[in-house]
Amino acid sequence: MAIFIDESSRILVQGMTGREGRKHTQRMIMSGTRIVGGVTPGKGGESVVFEEDPVPVFSSVAEGMDATGANVSVVFVPPRFAREAVLEAVEAEIELCVIITEGIPVRDALDFHHAAASSRTRIIGPNCPGLISPGKSNVGIIPAHIAGRGGIGLVSKSGTLTYQMMYELRDHGFSTAVGIGGDPVVGTTHIDVLQAFEEDEDTDVIVMIGEIGGDAEERAGDYIAENITKPVIGYVAGFTAPPGKTMGHAGAIITGSGGTASAKKKALEAAGVMVGETPSQTASLARDVIAQIRQDRA
Amino acid sequence: MDLLEYQARELFESFGVPVLAGVVATTPGAAREAFDQLDTDVAVVKAQVRAGGRGKAGGVKLVRSAEEAESTASDILDLVIKDLPVDVVMLSPGADIVAEYYFSILLDRTAGSYLAMCSVEGGIDIETLAVERPEALVKVPLHPIEGVTPEVAADIVERAGFDDADRQAVAAVLVKLWTVFRESDATLVEVNPLVKVAGGDIIALDAKVTLDENAEFRHDTWGGYHETSAAVDLERQARELDLNYVKLDGNVGVIGNGAGLVMSTLDVVDRAGKDLPGQPKPANFLDIGGGASSTVMANGLRIIISDPQVKAVLVNVFGGITACNDVAQGIVAALDVLGDEATLPIVVRLDGNSVEVGKAILREANHPLIRVEETMDGAAAAVAKLASERG
Repeated sequence: MAIFIDESSRILVQGMTGREGRKHTQRMIMSGTRIVGGVTPGKGGESVVFEEDPVPVFSSVAEGMDATGANVSVVFVPPRFAREAVLEAVEAEIELCVIITEGIPVRDALDFHHAAASSRTRIIGPNCPGLISPGKSNVGIIPAHIAGRGGIGLVSKSGTLTYQMMYELRDHGFSTAVGIGGDPVVGTTHIDVLQAFEEDEDTDVIVMIGEIGGDAEERAGDYIAENITKPVIGYVAGFTAPPGKTMGHAGAIITGSGGTASAKKKALEAAGVMVGETPSQTASLARDVIAQIRQDRA
Repeated sequence: MDLLEYQARELFESFGVPVLAGVVATTPGAAREAFDQLDTDVAVVKAQVRAGGRGKAGGVKLVRSAEEAESTASDILDLVIKDLPVDVVMLSPGADIVAEYYFSILLDRTAGSYLAMCSVEGGIDIETLAVERPEALVKVPLHPIEGVTPEVAADIVERAGFDDADRQAVAAVLVKLWTVFRESDATLVEVNPLVKVAGGDIIALDAKVTLDENAEFRHDTWGGYHETSAAVDLERQARELDLNYVKLDGNVGVIGNGAGLVMSTLDVVDRAGKDLPGQPKPANFLDIGGGASSTVMANGLRIIISDPQVKAVLVNVFGGITACNDVAQGIVAALDVLGDEATLPIVVRLDGNSVEVGKAILREANHPLIRVEETMDGAAAAVAKLASERG
């Protein structure tokens, strides 16, 4: 098992005919992901060749789902067209819609999050690196070869910090690594992912990476204390970020007295989460926990 | 992106929100003319800066003549409020205030929607009110698309405890403020105070607006809203080059890829510098994004070295999609491009995709300014030490 995606996932790429979409479709296919089609309005009937195999392009998500049985879409369309693209995926009731696009206005995001709330579609993102269940499926832009399969479940707001942590723990491997995105409002939260990892039999240990802004980490802390029995190791980025300045991610901003890294670290520790001061220290905490689990099992 | 009060006032006016007249001046002479133009007995001169506490800092003054407007504006234009020099003042006619209220609409990240807040006790620090007398502040979650409909507005004013006689007039203004919020792609619209003047009219006496920068592509008028100052100049230059740069106050320049990794790098540098002489700290946040070509790297390095505070530079890249050999070539090429402009030591830490090839390229280049470190922690320690030694 793994969470959200596995070898049975059939993926449509929204925006596959664009530069970014094409580049990353190539990479997803190379890492064994089942890409069943692309979606570009007005280009239905065309196809794009990857590794000598043509991948069909459909005019709409609904059409692509009918033709291929796709259950996942990944969105690479530019910000000004992203709202329509996601609404279309939600209306077609795709199971999972992963939005990689960075820079979507929050008003547009609330429109599609609102639509998704009353549908069967789970949204991951926007402004996220996607997710990977190593060796099974890779949806988004996470490099496939950083780490293989293993018992760690990873959830993070940030892309490169996800890669860094996967690299630090590559000797252990991952069930699934999920980048939930750095925007102020995202579809799938830390809590949603924690819950899925708790229920996933392949996941032994959970590593959770947060950053400044909002109160998602604090709420995740409360959730962990009440609901998570597996060990959780945390890391929070942004201790040196000044209030009022957006640090790269639209959501990474300290407003008023809330959203600081110190407050998040404190909340997680209060929930029994071990929190590392640096990525390498966090990885080392995770290794200790894994060693302990192995010893207990032996 | 935060608007100045006069910009927010103009925005309100364009959506039919009742506001007082406002005339902007950048010189004492212009303030004198503004007073005459307002044709009033008394006016308020207000400093236009993106900071709270203007009143306490002496940035808001009443004047009763054109001469007084000139001399007061001269004083205020000399002020620096919370490190921000006052370049602009706004003059508004005095108002005969009967009551002060509070109203705001903001993005509620937790709820994934918007929140309206309202109080009949306006004109004071709202964070203090929220802590000391939370019952006096009504919070109403909004539907993300419908927002403040006339029905919702009626509910808000009733729950906030407005007098029956004022409810209709206030509710009408709240609906208009929602239109400002939605149509302008705002993440915050705050009016403190919203006032009732003699005669019963409801007027937005102050205006605070934060816009969602991601929505700039559909608002032609936003170009004029960008801040201007030395620090912000660098930030704007960087933005034009598609680099994500935030100026900080330290002396270690930091370049990395990905917002999360760069934020983390700042923390690790800060920790490494804590116990060193001079306590070196990060000078900036700079995210070069996914593709670290030599041009991007040269642009990034140039932005960083144009900050005179910087004593040493750290490049921390995790090669995910980007291969480390491209990054390494980028650094070497950037130093070629920069030539004599580059004088600062550069500590480089690379990991991930094609890291060995990348390191080999840097070794071969054997550039006197480049020093390669194996780990993020080691690199942070090395660059902090260099910055400390170079004062």
